[in-house]
Amino acid sequence: MNIEEAKKVDLKKFLIDVQSAHEKFNILLSIAERPGKLGKGDLAVPCLIKDNIVTIEYPTTCASKILAGFESPYEATVITKLKQAGAWVAGKLNLDEFAMGSSTENSAFGATKNPVDPTRVPGGSSGGSAAAVAAGVTPFSLGSDTGGSIRQPAAFCGVVGMKPTYGRVSRYGLVAMASSLDQIGPITNTVEDCALVLKVISGHDPLDATSLDVPVPDYVAEMKQDIKGLTVGVPKEFFGDGVDKGVIEKVREAIKQLEKSGAKIKEVSLPNSRYALATYYIIQPAEVSANLARFDGVKYGASEGTDENIETIEEMYRKTRAKYLGDEVKRRIMLGTYATSAGFRDAYYDRARKVATLIKQDFDHAFKEVDVLITPTTPTTAFKLGENSTDPLKMYMSDLLTVPANIAGIPAISIPCGQVDNLPVGLQIMGPQLGESKVLQIAYAYEQSTDWRQL
Amino acid sequence: MKLPKSEVEHIALLARIELTEAEKQHYADQLSAILGYVDELKKLNIKDVADVGQITGLTNQLAKDEIKGCELSRDELLKNAPMTERGYIKVKSVLGRET
Repeated sequence: MNIEEAKKVDLKKFLIDVQSAHEKFNILLSIAERPGKLGKGDLAVPCLIKDNIVTIEYPTTCASKILAGFESPYEATVITKLKQAGAWVAGKLNLDEFAMGSSTENSAFGATKNPVDPTRVPGGSSGGSAAAVAAGVTPFSLGSDTGGSIRQPAAFCGVVGMKPTYGRVSRYGLVAMASSLDQIGPITNTVEDCALVLKVISGHDPLDATSLDVPVPDYVAEMKQDIKGLTVGVPKEFFGDGVDKGVIEKVREAIKQLEKSGAKIKEVSLPNSRYALATYYIIQPAEVSANLARFDGVKYGASEGTDENIETIEEMYRKTRAKYLGDEVKRRIMLGTYATSAGFRDAYYDRARKVATLIKQDFDHAFKEVDVLITPTTPTTAFKLGENSTDPLKMYMSDLLTVPANIAGIPAISIPCGQVDNLPVGLQIMGPQLGESKVLQIAYAYEQSTDWRQL
Repeated sequence: MKLPKSEVEHIALLARIELTEAEKQHYADQLSAILGYVDELKKLNIKDVADVGQITGLTNQLAKDEIKGCELSRDELLKNAPMTERGYIKVKSVLGRET
């Protein structure tokens, strides 16, 4: 169901369909009890939102026991913008706890299943958001992407997902995970719908000091320009060890297709991008350890404070966090605490921030020669539920090709480019900061020249 | 690198997370594996490289020096607090008790 079709949808039927998809794939964390009202505007359709974006109408749980039942007294800027464009937010979607994970198996409320093959993960952390769109029950959803959490599930579920430039979309009301990397973005069935939603949610917000005060282009109009004369860069480092041959083959075919459509193809090198994942797994946990300090059983959320046997606040903190935070969240908090602790900060956190500079410089050089970069979105197609859940490092490898865009603050999209063994393959297109239009332009040209989206 | 259990205990204390003995071992093993992987950054020469800063180049974003009221009532702001008393958030003893 795309946005145009959804404008005619009966809202009662919409809710029934969402509920039935939920029974099959466990996509929801909350849902409206009865049909709401659509407004007037470009997005006068129902939609579903990742449950780490705060809403007044529904609880915001971040798929964590520590926030079960939390009711935000205010709503995120993106929610206000969607409403102004006519949308009705009908419910909230499952995710890895606090958006930490690559499979949505870390949800405290059960794993989401991939609608393409329910024995497999939908990816993560925006697994509910990608699965809901792939199941055909919502025209679009919002996710958040810190290291690939929109693009990787979009690739695994065979839909379109975009992480905008850092600061393009306001983070006000997105529960902070790694503040220097987090961005909200759309998940849709088509590139045109992605451009439409992006246009609505983008723009400067005084409530987010990192949001960019730059006019928002008409992405839909700019996206439809001819791609003749544009140069597509192919960074060789993204086609190497650890990336499945079948995935590489599909992406190479897509590159040939773009060449046929008039794009120039050029091989480029991003030598430091191989360090992006290690850099990410220092910077991200470091910020997590600071941001999640607020879940302390005092101001909101679950608490052991009512336990009469606990005497001091220190003990209450330790017992509350032990009981209500999940395994992956604890692991990252501890990793980040270590990387920023006295005696180790120089060797880990400060060094990683400098390596991030090198990674960013590689992209700057590349974008002097090419308009966009094309790579696979993920090293593999969707893996089986439970396959990677006992080995965190193996799970982290799923973000190998998506993390560099977050480190460099650049926009990146994942669109379907075929299948390997009946599982979708994602094509990633990255552009320079604020280069969303060119990314969408290449994505649209490719999409229009193939029929993968109709599968 | 291998993270000793004593170091895990220290980190858990800083992070205010209580761990069981089994969990200490579990996290010592897993954190060691992850730190072993991120150690590859030590191969890079970062002499004369600056911190990445704000990735989009933004510098200080100053808000206007003006007072804005809060639209939310005290009750709305306190509704999620686990323990309240007479309009305040209630917590356990902060300074501890003489025993």
